[in-house]
Amino acid sequence: MPDSSTVEHGASVAAEHEEHPAYLRHHFESTEQQADATNFAMWLFLLTEIMFFGGLFTAYLIYRNWYYPAFVAASHQLDVFWGTLNTLVLICSSFTMAMGVWCSETRRKKGLVLCLALTFILGLCFLGIKTIEYSEKIEKHHVPGFHYSLQSFTDPQSDPKVFNEYHDKPLPVDLAVHTEVYFSLYFLMTGMHALHMIIGIGILAFMIFRARAGAYTSGHVTFVENFGLYWHFVDIIWIYLFALLYLISRHQ
Amino acid sequence: MSESTIVKLPDQSTARIPKMNYLSKENGILSWLLTGDHKRIAILYLISLSFFFFIGGALAGLIRLELLTPQADLMATDTYNKVFTMHGLIMVFFFLVPSVPATLGNFLIPMMIGAKDLALPKINLLSWYLYIAGGSLMLYTMATGGVDTGWTFTTPLSTHYVNTNVLTTGLAAFIAGFSSIFTGLNFIVTIHKMRAPGMTWFKLPLFVWAHYAASILMVLATPVVAIAIVLVALERTIGIGVFDPTKGGDPILFQHLFWFYSHPAVYIMILPGMGVISEVISTFSRKRVFGYTAVAFSSVAIAVFGFFVWAHHMFIMGISNYSVLVFSLLTMLVAVPSAIKVFNWTFTMYKGSITFETPMIYAFGFLGLFTIGGMTGVFLGTSGTDIHLTETYFIVAHFHFVMVGGMLMAFLSGIHFWWPKMTGRMYPEKISQLAAVVTFIGFNFTFFPQFILGTLGMPRRYASYPPEFQILNVFSTAGATILGVGYLLPVLYLVWSLKYGKIAGNNPWQATGLEWQTQSPPLTENFVKMPIMDHDVYDYEWLEAQQEKEKEVASAR
Repeated sequence: MPDSSTVEHGASVAAEHEEHPAYLRHHFESTEQQADATNFAMWLFLLTEIMFFGGLFTAYLIYRNWYYPAFVAASHQLDVFWGTLNTLVLICSSFTMAMGVWCSETRRKKGLVLCLALTFILGLCFLGIKTIEYSEKIEKHHVPGFHYSLQSFTDPQSDPKVFNEYHDKPLPVDLAVHTEVYFSLYFLMTGMHALHMIIGIGILAFMIFRARAGAYTSGHVTFVENFGLYWHFVDIIWIYLFALLYLISRHQ
Repeated sequence: MSESTIVKLPDQSTARIPKMNYLSKENGILSWLLTGDHKRIAILYLISLSFFFFIGGALAGLIRLELLTPQADLMATDTYNKVFTMHGLIMVFFFLVPSVPATLGNFLIPMMIGAKDLALPKINLLSWYLYIAGGSLMLYTMATGGVDTGWTFTTPLSTHYVNTNVLTTGLAAFIAGFSSIFTGLNFIVTIHKMRAPGMTWFKLPLFVWAHYAASILMVLATPVVAIAIVLVALERTIGIGVFDPTKGGDPILFQHLFWFYSHPAVYIMILPGMGVISEVISTFSRKRVFGYTAVAFSSVAIAVFGFFVWAHHMFIMGISNYSVLVFSLLTMLVAVPSAIKVFNWTFTMYKGSITFETPMIYAFGFLGLFTIGGMTGVFLGTSGTDIHLTETYFIVAHFHFVMVGGMLMAFLSGIHFWWPKMTGRMYPEKISQLAAVVTFIGFNFTFFPQFILGTLGMPRRYASYPPEFQILNVFSTAGATILGVGYLLPVLYLVWSLKYGKIAGNNPWQATGLEWQTQSPPLTENFVKMPIMDHDVYDYEWLEAQQEKEKEVASAR
């Protein structure tokens, strides 16, 4: 190629090289381009996640329309107290994560480690509370599959705690069977969400380890930023799940 | 015409392959398995894809052999079910979807836009490993008895009735899906953020536009099939009720989720092929692609429309008459951007100086076969004729015309076209022209009779058929053997050319893309100096002016 159509790049490379931080990958021209590209990639990845959960939300939408009474009765089995508490836990963890990103940008190593550790603990709290909820479902035979029991819906008075709160009328068996679809979706959606939490918590542990060595507080904030996006995304998914699964017809 | 070829090779007595290039930079198996170089990953993909193609091809051979006679005599009927299922799964998930994007796209997109690499090299390597993991699992499935649901995993067959390896197959497709997602994601980021100075959106080669459109589909559609497969797996293992009518679930929902991916998937397969054809036709007609902007936007239009036509796979599955009407109409709309492309390619050739090198012959094959495949798609999109033709050999012929006649022709065209760039050596011209013609003839022999069989009412997916259909089936099987020769030939002479081919030089085709303005095989960094796009795309006058200048410089010395 003739010189007229190219930038003299080679000659100045040596001089520029010293200014480049170590984390700049060889195929990018500048740290801005690198940050820009990885950020954009993260947003695209979240888009694929939306489509992934989108399949489940579609199924939910259809079956809730078809089997509304069963969905209402089944939804009353969920404990709003735990659901709300978990929502609060996650919102707090999103706050600590956002603070973590800020600490990383302003190069506060101790603050970053603290924020990540708090996010980590809150994430574990969320999973702990979820375990309490799941174990209750297992006890009542509300896990879809071979052991599924309709008793709570065909004979609500057998379940005094829920009955005293909502006074649900007994459902005929042909309507009550559809509660299993509700619980299928409940376990799928919250399970997929919990899986994302577990992956996130794993990455958080790795990040705490690296942050203590000062990895994210020397100008290279992209990884923390992108993980923050992921964490907020998982949080937002939960807020939708909370509204859709817990809050069906709660008014008297 | 005084010249029948545009090929311009350097003087063979003095020409050498450049010592420093991406192939020679590092040696050893680890330097390949841990590479971040998009060109090396493309080569890894090319080898593994070819491997799966020949496994899928062997299965196709078995299918055609079985159908030579009306009785199910070569294999038991349930073995036949497994054979056509494995053929479909391997060809769709492990050949067609990644074929052009993962090999040519991977190799060329960074070079075409003037970048040193894809934006996320490690993710690129990860996607190859995912492909290999999924592929190995698929081979394991096949070795342990296969699966017989058809490649569509149709519920409730896949969830309740068959006793074969649905789970491992599903997992293999799931993993391969993520490989595809990461490839698409990488392309979109690269095309947005890594373009060289002066490389505006409307100076991008149409190959890049086509890959951009296909990448949108990969990123948005693939996750939906992933969740559909997860649901099938859970339904099968623990019996959740989402697709089970006895529990209030709906099997049609599975069809919706599955085809929401799998219809766009056919555009994931064909769009990159269309990108190849645009480059090839422009180069061998010595003309800018006619209606560049229209061709670029028609790729995006196909991607967008492609999302809204999935229910045409379900016309006879009990969806409402109104949705049949709407989806039928929308399906017709996809024909518009596809036709825009075909017409524009034809106009590109009009008054061009056409030469008939191998890539161009394959491109001609593509044009004819894709047009037939596309037009018969309109038959199938019309709900009235669809009810007669669906689940017959007409459908089999239709999608093989588009996928094999279209996509595979484009793939081979692209492989031949960029072979000198990838390896630094030319393939042997005469025998490859012969291979292209053999492929075309064999293809028509194989699949054209199937259109007739379909209209006569021969159903697909059966090992036996009424004796009156035998003559056409014999035609088809005979054609398949010719087609097989057509596919084996390139493997032989391309491998031969790695050692004995002529040295190609930088730009044997006199093409205008940035990838041709650097050495072949390229450096690991692609360019010595960062290119600046100071001319228009497909600007052959610019290329001539460049060569004049170079000559002057050479003679001044």
